[in-house]
Amino acid sequence: MRVNIGLAQIYPKLGDVKANLAKHLDYIQRADQMGVDLLIFPELSLTGYQVQDLVPEVAIHSNRDDETFRTLLDASQNMDLVFGFVHEDKRQRFYIASAYLSKGEVVHIHHKIYLPTYAMFDEGRYFDHGEQARAFDTRFGRVGMLICEDFWHMSPAYLLWMDGADLMIFSSSSPSRGLDSGDRLSGSRWVELVNQAYGSMFTNYVIHCNRVGYEDGKNFWGGSSVVNPDGDFLTHGLYFDEALITQTIDLNEVHRTRSRLPLLRDERPEMVQRELARILRRNEE
Amino acid sequence: MTTKTQPDIMDRLEINTDIARKMLTGFIRDQIEKVGMKRAVMGLSGGIDSALSAYLSAEALGPENVLVVRMPYKTSSSASLDDAGLVIEALGLPSLDVPITDMADPLIDRFPDMSNLRKGNIMARLRMVTLYDQSVAWGGLVMGTSNKTEFLLGYSTIYGDSGVALQPIADLYKAQVRQLSKAMGIPQPIIDKAPSADLWEGQTDEGELGFTYNDVDQLLFLLVDERYTVDEVVEEGFDRAFVEKVWKRVKANHYKRTMPNIAKLSRRTIGHDFLYLRDWVGR
Repeated sequence: MRVNIGLAQIYPKLGDVKANLAKHLDYIQRADQMGVDLLIFPELSLTGYQVQDLVPEVAIHSNRDDETFRTLLDASQNMDLVFGFVHEDKRQRFYIASAYLSKGEVVHIHHKIYLPTYAMFDEGRYFDHGEQARAFDTRFGRVGMLICEDFWHMSPAYLLWMDGADLMIFSSSSPSRGLDSGDRLSGSRWVELVNQAYGSMFTNYVIHCNRVGYEDGKNFWGGSSVVNPDGDFLTHGLYFDEALITQTIDLNEVHRTRSRLPLLRDERPEMVQRELARILRRNEE
Repeated sequence: MTTKTQPDIMDRLEINTDIARKMLTGFIRDQIEKVGMKRAVMGLSGGIDSALSAYLSAEALGPENVLVVRMPYKTSSSASLDDAGLVIEALGLPSLDVPITDMADPLIDRFPDMSNLRKGNIMARLRMVTLYDQSVAWGGLVMGTSNKTEFLLGYSTIYGDSGVALQPIADLYKAQVRQLSKAMGIPQPIIDKAPSADLWEGQTDEGELGFTYNDVDQLLFLLVDERYTVDEVVEEGFDRAFVEKVWKRVKANHYKRTMPNIAKLSRRTIGHDFLYLRDWVGR
C-alpha cells in the first residue's frame, strides 16, 4: 500500500491562531492538489512555540464547538491531518497536543509526555504533561504519535512499537543550536541520528515534521524527514525554509524488511516488564 | 598574561560559516520585518565587528536598505574612517558622516580631569543617540555590532554600543567573527588589524584588557559553552590568575547584559511573571 505523505514545514506566527489556521488551510489545499493522503504539521503549529503567558488565550477544545477545531475537522474529509495545538481540558489544564483527524473525525489526540524544562526550555511552567503513549488505527495502518522531547526518550517510542505502530509520526518545534564546523547543527545531527535509529531498530517508518522560522533570537531548523524501515532517509535535509515536502512511502516495505530482519518477532516485552518491575522494586527499597 | 595555547580548543571554536550566514541573515530579515520595517541603520567604526554586521545586514536586507554612519571623534584615527570607507565602497551602502566632537566636547570640557573611561562612555552614548535619531529619520532598526567575547567581558558601554534593537553577532566569539568575516569577503586590512575601541592614539583592545582574544575566546568557550568550572579549566592548563580575573569580569558585568531589576510589589510584575517574548506581536 502506497501512501503519499506531506510534511508542512511551516513558520507559525506566535500567538496568532487565526493567521496560523489560514496557513494550515492554504497548505491543505496545496497538498490536496499534490495528491497527499496524510499531511503533517509541526508541534504547536496553530500557536507558535514559546507561547508563555499566551497559553490560555491560544488554547482550544477538541470538539466541533470550537471554530478552529471544527474547521480542521472539516478539512480532513479527503486527507488525513496531523496538527499541533494547545489543548485545554474541561478543568483548565493545558497540554501540548497533536491531533490526528480523518474524514471529519478525531482519530487520536496525543498529549506531550516529556516537557523539557531546562536550559532554554520552560514547558513545565505552562503545561501539564501527558500520561499515555498509545498507538491507534488509521486507514494507513497503526500509527504512533510523539512530540519533540517525547522522542528524545526511547521509552515512549518503544511503547508505541509494542502497541503496534508501524508508522511513527514525530512533530517538533526544535530550536537550532550547536553550531560547530560540522555540515549540520549538532542539534539537527542528533535528531536525525535518533530518527534513523528508530527506523532501524523498529523496522518502521519514522516521519518527522519540524518547524522553521524565528522566535526572539531562536531559530527553528526544519529538516523534516522520512526514514524507511531500513533506517535510510527517503527525504531530509531541507533546512531553515518553509516548504511543503512530499514523499510516497510503501507500507509493504515494513513487511519485507521484517521478513529479513525479525526484530519485532524476537522482541521480548514480557522480559522487559519483568526486569523493569524488579528494577523499580529494588529502587523503592 | 598568556596561557598555554590549546589548538584543540581553537579547532572546536570553528564554525560552519554557510550555516551561520544563513541563520544570521534570516534573523536580521525576520526581526526587521516583524516590526514592519525593511531597513537598518548602524555605526561603522572601521573595525571587524561592525564590518561583519554591515555585510550580514546588506545580504539580508539589500545594501540600499542599510544606512551606515561614521561618527568620528577628533582623536579617532583617520585609518579607521578609511577602513569604514572600504566597507561602504565594497557593498555600495548609503552612508552618512556625523562627527561627534562638537556634541561631546561641551560635556567633556566641563570636567577637566575627566578620565578616558568617562570620555569613551560619552562617545559611545552619543553615537547611540545619533543612531537612534537616524533610526527615525531613515526608518530602520539600529543594528547591534557586539560579539560574544566583549559582551561576556563587559567590554562595552551600557546604553552606548549596547543600546541597539537587535544583536546579530553577539553569539559569535571574536575568533568566529574573524572566520565568518573571511568567508564573507570582508576587506583583508579590516580582518588583519588589531581590534581597537579607537578612543585614543594607539589604543588596542588586547592592550587594555591585558590578554589576547585568542586566549580569552578559548577560556570563555570552556567556561560558558562547555560549562567547565574554574578548577576544570585550570586543569586544562589555563593560568589560575587569568581565569579568575576573566570570570570575575564576566560576573561583574552581568548587569550590562540584562534589563534593570524591577522591584516586585503586585501579583504580576513586568520582568518577573509577565511573560511574553519580545516577538509577542509581529510579522
